[in-house]
Amino acid sequence: MWSLSHIANEIHRWLNDLFNPTWALIIEMVMAGVAVIGLFAVLGLVLVLMERRVAAWIQIRLGPNRVGPFGLMQSMADTLKLIVKEGLTPDGADKVMFNIAPFIAMIVAMLLMAPIAFAKDFQLWDLNIGVLFVTAVSSLMVVSILMAGWSSNNKYSLMGAMRSGAQIVSYELSAGLSIMTIIVLTGSLQVSDIIHAQNNGWWIFKGHFPVWVAFVIYIIAVTAETNRAPFDLAEAESELTAGFHTEYSGMKFALFFLAEYINVFIVCAIGATLFLGGWMPLHFGTDNAFNQAMDWIPSSVWFFGKTFFLIFLIMWFRWTFPRLRIDQLLNLEWKYLLPISMINLLLATAMAILGWHF
Amino acid sequence: MYRQTEIVQEKSPGIVGESGEFTINVGPQHPATHGVLHLVITLSGETILKVEPHLGYIHRSIEKMCESLTYRQFIYVTSRMDYLSAHINNHACALAVEKGLQLEIPPRAQVIRVLMDELTRVASHELWWGAMAMDLGAFTPFFHAFRERESINDIMEETCGARLTMNYMVPGGVMQDIHPNFQRRVKEFLKLYKQKIHEYDELVTGNIIFQNRMKNIGILSPEDAVSYGCTGPTARGSAVSCDIRKIYPYEIYDKLEFDEVLEEGGDSFARYMVRIREMQQSIRIIEQLIDNIPEGEFQAKTKAVLKLPKGEFYTRVETARGELGVYIVSEGGTTPYRIKFRSPGFSNLSVLDHIARGSKIGDLVAMMGTLDLVIPDIDR
Repeated sequence: MWSLSHIANEIHRWLNDLFNPTWALIIEMVMAGVAVIGLFAVLGLVLVLMERRVAAWIQIRLGPNRVGPFGLMQSMADTLKLIVKEGLTPDGADKVMFNIAPFIAMIVAMLLMAPIAFAKDFQLWDLNIGVLFVTAVSSLMVVSILMAGWSSNNKYSLMGAMRSGAQIVSYELSAGLSIMTIIVLTGSLQVSDIIHAQNNGWWIFKGHFPVWVAFVIYIIAVTAETNRAPFDLAEAESELTAGFHTEYSGMKFALFFLAEYINVFIVCAIGATLFLGGWMPLHFGTDNAFNQAMDWIPSSVWFFGKTFFLIFLIMWFRWTFPRLRIDQLLNLEWKYLLPISMINLLLATAMAILGWHF
Repeated sequence: MYRQTEIVQEKSPGIVGESGEFTINVGPQHPATHGVLHLVITLSGETILKVEPHLGYIHRSIEKMCESLTYRQFIYVTSRMDYLSAHINNHACALAVEKGLQLEIPPRAQVIRVLMDELTRVASHELWWGAMAMDLGAFTPFFHAFRERESINDIMEETCGARLTMNYMVPGGVMQDIHPNFQRRVKEFLKLYKQKIHEYDELVTGNIIFQNRMKNIGILSPEDAVSYGCTGPTARGSAVSCDIRKIYPYEIYDKLEFDEVLEEGGDSFARYMVRIREMQQSIRIIEQLIDNIPEGEFQAKTKAVLKLPKGEFYTRVETARGELGVYIVSEGGTTPYRIKFRSPGFSNLSVLDHIARGSKIGDLVAMMGTLDLVIPDIDR
């Protein structure tokens, strides 16, 4: 069958025919890197446009519809504008830190791409601690935000960064614990194992109550982790003008902006992989006509469909809810989400031991 | 001549003082101040220790300008004070001049004036509602509020020829008769408004995040509201009865059925609810009047050049933000000797420091939203 994994295997065979294995591997790595950067750019453009169209739809207006057909070229035009703008560095800023911070944000987002399975057998690096790798690397995002906030020498930026630090570190816990629920049920940290375990039904269907709770907590926690409204305290436009990136302009600002959207994509991809079966088509039971019909839809369509559904959910939150206050935000995590996810994890463990899931 | 201002550059260690306190400038250009208000905030972490409003960035000396304008002309300048209730500002000035001239206003003009006032009040509260939600980080309500506000602006445009600074009220009545479409358009608006008003509660008022942000925040006791001179919805949120339309009725307000909206809480949520309920009272007034506009003149006969007798004249009206007083000192000429406006925004702003101390910086923005500050009204 003609699929992404098929293409990847063909390229792999062709390269090994032409070069010796070492060179073939190096060329493959370069190609993978270029593919990630390309995906980055495309996702950035698509997600920004999607956000604007979703916002417009919720806010009873039209949204961008002038540049290109249906406004499709709008984000290209915006990117062009951001590239030609001056990337100013403030006089009092810590110049090295100030200029490195946006790149760290980008690098973190790029690293997170590695263990994501975009389609059947199409994955950059199927490492055996895939999910742990994601949770570990995504915590590094806070470093770039703190660097940006501190080095800007601006009180608004500093406050935004400090808020963000408290917020991301707190919500990491809930996100991690809700991911643990799935790991307990699957018994593996490897992304491909987790997906194959959902061959006879996604975890959201066969995991019962604990998985539903974990899914809701995961969505709340990652919304906070990616600094999206209603948890956008790091930016908090009406309070801190633009929070940690107040002093950034041009492409340096664009990198933060892009990293935010890529992070949204990644957390939604992880959510889709863990709870909604990743690229796995909708299956009920094993080997029946319904499953075969579902298999006709390409696996990449399933993956991106689920991911974009979750992205839409997070965008919906942003354009509907008011923002929380910092103390309410931390109360929500430490007094409600964390205890609930701990009890939920115990429930899930009991369920896994007793074999109550399908 | 160009005057160079000394720029003090702080190096990094100076960002926070030794006591841990630091000051932060909110404004003159800041998304939360909705204008050129400048607040110097002393903070300890996220907690507010002091708020110091600095005024004057949009001071146009309207009071002084009025002294060189005739009694017909000066009314137009006052549209630019509280631009969201331009009609009501004009109304207050027209009332002051009429008091001096001892003019009888035809009943038709009175009804049209009250209708316009109440439409303005609804439009102003709509904008406030959207801006308030935006202060709290929700963008969508702003657009929903503008949907209804636009139809009011269209009605204004048809009858007055302007959408924001109408200049429709003149001494003796209104400038011209209402547009033939006026009654139909207002009824259409009422229908639209009643279909959509529940969305306000669904989207914002009932939201748990919103209620947690508003309740028990920025508590203003009735005594403080009186001693700081708060008026309008700000004071009524603390259960201080101060509706000028009830206490000192002007035009035909004493013949109308409407309630003075009072809330007990004194917190941000009470002030919010006062405005939401006040919109419904305004709609009630419009419904009573829209089918009962009497026939007759829309303007009393006045001389071409108005001259007020020697003396002092004071009138007050209820704008969307509170009590607006107009004080005219006349020496008997064609222009006022002195004019003083008692604007509601100025007194309401003065209470900000009192209610904001000890709360978080996010709450300050919410409180500013509930005070409904219009900066040109404060500075004039």
